[in-house]
Amino acid sequence: MDLLNLQPAIAEIFLALASLGLVLLSAFIMPQEYASKLVRRLTIFSFLIAIFLIIYNGYKPAYAFNGQFFTSSFMVYMKVIILLGAIGILMMAKREFKQDQIDRPELPLLMLLSVLGMMLMVSANDIILLYMGLELQSLPLYVIAAIRRESLRSSEAGLKYFLLGALSSGLLLYGASLLYGFTGHTSYDGIKIALESNVSAGAVIGMVFLISGIAFKISAAPFHMWTPDVYEGSPTIVTAFFAVVPKLAAMTLFLRFTYGVLADASDSWQQIVMIIAVLSMLVGAGGAIMQTDIKRLMAYSSIAHMGYALVGIAAASDMGIGAVMLYMAIYVISSIGVFAIILSIKQEGRPLTRIEDLSGFSRSHPVYALAMMVLMFSMAGIPPMGGFFGKWYVFSAAVASGHVILAIIGVLASVIGAFYYIRIIKVMYVDEQVIEIDHNVPRSNMMIAFGSALIMAFFLFGLSILREQITAAIPFVVFVAG
Amino acid sequence: MIAPLFFYLFALMTVVSGLMVILARNPVHSVLFLILSFFNSAGLFVLLGAEFLAMLLVVVYVGAVAVLFLFVVMMLDINIDEMRQGFRQHLPLGLVVGLILIVELLMVFTQDLSTDNVLATNMSGEISNTAMIGQVLYTEYLLNFQVAGLILLVAMIGAITLTMRHREGVKRQNISEQNSRTRDETVQIVSVDSHVAPKVLDDSRAANKRLQ
Repeated sequence: MDLLNLQPAIAEIFLALASLGLVLLSAFIMPQEYASKLVRRLTIFSFLIAIFLIIYNGYKPAYAFNGQFFTSSFMVYMKVIILLGAIGILMMAKREFKQDQIDRPELPLLMLLSVLGMMLMVSANDIILLYMGLELQSLPLYVIAAIRRESLRSSEAGLKYFLLGALSSGLLLYGASLLYGFTGHTSYDGIKIALESNVSAGAVIGMVFLISGIAFKISAAPFHMWTPDVYEGSPTIVTAFFAVVPKLAAMTLFLRFTYGVLADASDSWQQIVMIIAVLSMLVGAGGAIMQTDIKRLMAYSSIAHMGYALVGIAAASDMGIGAVMLYMAIYVISSIGVFAIILSIKQEGRPLTRIEDLSGFSRSHPVYALAMMVLMFSMAGIPPMGGFFGKWYVFSAAVASGHVILAIIGVLASVIGAFYYIRIIKVMYVDEQVIEIDHNVPRSNMMIAFGSALIMAFFLFGLSILREQITAAIPFVVFVAG
Repeated sequence: MIAPLFFYLFALMTVVSGLMVILARNPVHSVLFLILSFFNSAGLFVLLGAEFLAMLLVVVYVGAVAVLFLFVVMMLDINIDEMRQGFRQHLPLGLVVGLILIVELLMVFTQDLSTDNVLATNMSGEISNTAMIGQVLYTEYLLNFQVAGLILLVAMIGAITLTMRHREGVKRQNISEQNSRTRDETVQIVSVDSHVAPKVLDDSRAANKRLQ
């Protein structure tokens, strides 16, 4: 086996080179608005090339960089969704960059570097690379949260995110060092083999710290405190990015770590994941009820969604992996759709984020209101929509593994959660219009909103194709020896 | 014979300058003593045969961290008396931490401390450990090394993004503009009437008189 084989990592290498090229480009092209437009387009373009390269490389499990890097059909699935999510966000960014006064080439550039970090993190086969990827993905996020320097809220969001993120990185690193100390390996394969024979107390403590660190990144309760403030303070387009892309990458990492590396210690981590899942579902459902700001509402909603996805991980079975993969795909598609609509709600170019501002939305924008209704029903988990199938598979995986109580709590939490999703529909359709909402919605927002609503409404027809992909990918979460 | 002598020299200097860090009244002096103790610990590393760590300590801690400390200490107006006020309040906590450290050190020293267990061993016996680290860093851990470079790039872009401002009315040097200037567009010949005293001169004379 040729160990320094670069072919499997070609998409990552390409993105790294593209980011370096764009740094130079944005430094030399002078009117900043023009540079920002160009860099945004080229970033989208390089994501498309990266998707092509990933798919061209194929689904075969392969190592690169001396076994530091591992790719397989599971990674292909996750990376393609990550890249599609990032493309979707960047497509909607054009008008936002102008209106939010964040029209700077650094913003798409930092998003590109962050996505590169996520892809490395997903493919890491060694704790050192895992940490490197994690830092590369989170450092740009801290910066883009604070990118609107004049705004106090944005700076606060950036600072809060940075401090808590640094703390969680510290936890993760401490856990990684304990795991290395007690197993003697930094590579996933080595740790897994060492844990097969004996799970020492030190390794368990390390594992707990590591899981806490990752749980912070997916903003699962009790590590969720930063989420509402950061979501509210950041510019909305950045919030959309936060809600979609890094969550997916961190959840993939969670899957790989629990199923791949710690598979033989599942007795030790299962309970922790269960507690995190229950807390996230309850905090997400309960916290969202009182919110008046739609960005804060989306923050709590994402906490709850992470809780549901973690139920699938807590099942600790192949069925659970498949359920989580399906759930995350649905989460990404519907979140992008909801944010496309939130980004369209403006009054003379000023973003509106209060829920009451939506009142009468069905009369002024009937088609958008319909799309929003479909997405909200999907997020609440009402049967024909996509969100229902996500929850269905997650809970049935939990029941199949014998965690009936977990599934019951999940169902109860989603009933509570349905309240605030349906409240938005009620505000849109029943309440009297107070604010005149702008009618000129960019075409990209329109396409993304309608596209995701259509996918959610007719999800049943695509389900079998997606399930096929997922079932094929499940065995490759774990590394293949030899 | 020489090696133990140097060991005791470096060790003594490290301990003394470490003490001075907390005893010096002036915070700038504290930082300077900290730098001295870094240098002496680097000397200890050299004695242990870990020359790479020694260089790293000098480059990273003395070159970057300590200078940063110095900047912070000089920039911030720290009132020493104010900082000492909490001494009694924090004493119990400090004692507990110190006690834990002492117990840990005792536990370490009661273990087997024979040189085979503790000293770094040079595995190949021929090449220095700097060369060995270089050999794995650029082969086995190549990807990590490159990603670390990207992280530093992000840090740089981030710092510039968050702090650089293009303020209006600031005079900046534009070198290409300077070089492309020609004589014709910059030098202007003005014929001055030499018989009439300029008004400006009169005004300044009057001002001078008033000052006197």
